[in-house]
Amino acid sequence: MSIFEYNGSALVAMVGKNCFAIASDRRLGVQLQTVATDFQRIFKIHDKLFVGLSGLATDAQTLYQRLVFRHKLYQLREERDMKPETFASLVSAILYEKRFGPYFCQPVIAGLGDEDKPFICTMDSIGAKELAKDFVVAGTASESLYGACESMFKPDMEPEELFETISQALLSSVDRDCLSGWGGHVYVVTPTEVTERILKGRMD
Amino acid sequence: MGDSQYSFSLTTFSPSGKLVQIEHALTAVGSGQTSLGIKGKINLVALCHQCCYCYIEVVGMLVANIELLMIPSYVRSVIAAANGVVIATEKKLPSILVDETSVQKIQILTPNIGVVYSGMGPDSRVLVRKSRKQAEQYQRLYKEPIPVTQLVRETATVMQEFTQSGGVRPFGVSLLVAGYDDKGPQLYQVDPSGSYFSWKASAMGKNVSNAKAFLEKRYTDDMELDDAVHTAILTLKEGVLTPAEIEDYLQEVE
Repeated sequence: MSIFEYNGSALVAMVGKNCFAIASDRRLGVQLQTVATDFQRIFKIHDKLFVGLSGLATDAQTLYQRLVFRHKLYQLREERDMKPETFASLVSAILYEKRFGPYFCQPVIAGLGDEDKPFICTMDSIGAKELAKDFVVAGTASESLYGACESMFKPDMEPEELFETISQALLSSVDRDCLSGWGGHVYVVTPTEVTERILKGRMD
Repeated sequence: MGDSQYSFSLTTFSPSGKLVQIEHALTAVGSGQTSLGIKGKINLVALCHQCCYCYIEVVGMLVANIELLMIPSYVRSVIAAANGVVIATEKKLPSILVDETSVQKIQILTPNIGVVYSGMGPDSRVLVRKSRKQAEQYQRLYKEPIPVTQLVRETATVMQEFTQSGGVRPFGVSLLVAGYDDKGPQLYQVDPSGSYFSWKASAMGKNVSNAKAFLEKRYTDDMELDDAVHTAILTLKEGVLTPAEIEDYLQEVE
């Protein structure tokens, strides 16, 4: 079994009209045994930038700490928040530094850039970026997430519809995956506000 | 002896609170060839040019909306863009036998940032090399061009380190860094001590006080491109021409 599947995870981000949503499951397991049902995989970097870290939970937490550290230094040095594109390049560089002993994480980055243009991207554990206009997925449920997103996604959704779509895509996908589930955690981000919701799904 | 017993060690303060070697470095700058920069509602970046009286090099940095302009009789060619900053330096050669095409005092650090120095040429090359490397490192990490302020700070950091490290001496140069980024046109001066300042217009080297006084008189916030280039050239020529000739010049312009 791959180390990426040790704890189990499901991550998805979608672009809407001047907004984006990012969602994850809440399960932390050790192989098939569930250990926690309130695990956090999505982190806020600043008001308009979120990162989700799928894969090995311990590495996700360590990587998150390093990213916050680098972002805080950047904020102090340049007196501004990082643009999502810039942050993605930074994450990519940090991951590639560990090319031969990588963090076992696949990040998903979502943010609002210049003029509040939504940006989403994902990358592999050594920092190869994959940009997308519509949605990105990661984690042990990624295969089912691809199917769900491909059939449910529509371009230019408003925040309410985007929330409904990403939630349905997440909940239906984690039911097809033994290693992720136990409800979901959804953030919908518009230029003016961030909405955070916790979903209940099949709690088994 | 006076100060001289403190002038051997770079890092020993004199009783009056000065680091004498740094003062000496500033003297080296003050006796170097004049350089100046003007920031404004201008466009420009421009190229080497020679006028009939002396050799003057004018360089602009480029950016968006490039457009070609000719400045009558003085400038061979100028590349311009909306909003910019001009830096210029006197290009006086020690002998007519020197091939003037081999002298390049204004250098590019990144496509949107350029630098000119006053003081010791060889010292400036070290700084240019380190600054270019810093700019490339930033570009490699963030995949976007380094902001002018960041590059200036990194360069100033290097200059400060050379005032406090063993086995080195302070740089005998001051730099004028001109560039264009998200925050618009910018002009910075970096001194051998590692301190840096942002200017609307500034001058360094020989005749600083005259050149600065001249710039203070001529500078306006809404300067156009050719106006700034013209002012830059006039300011440099001020060191060459007599006060009467300058008076004539100014009357001609106004």
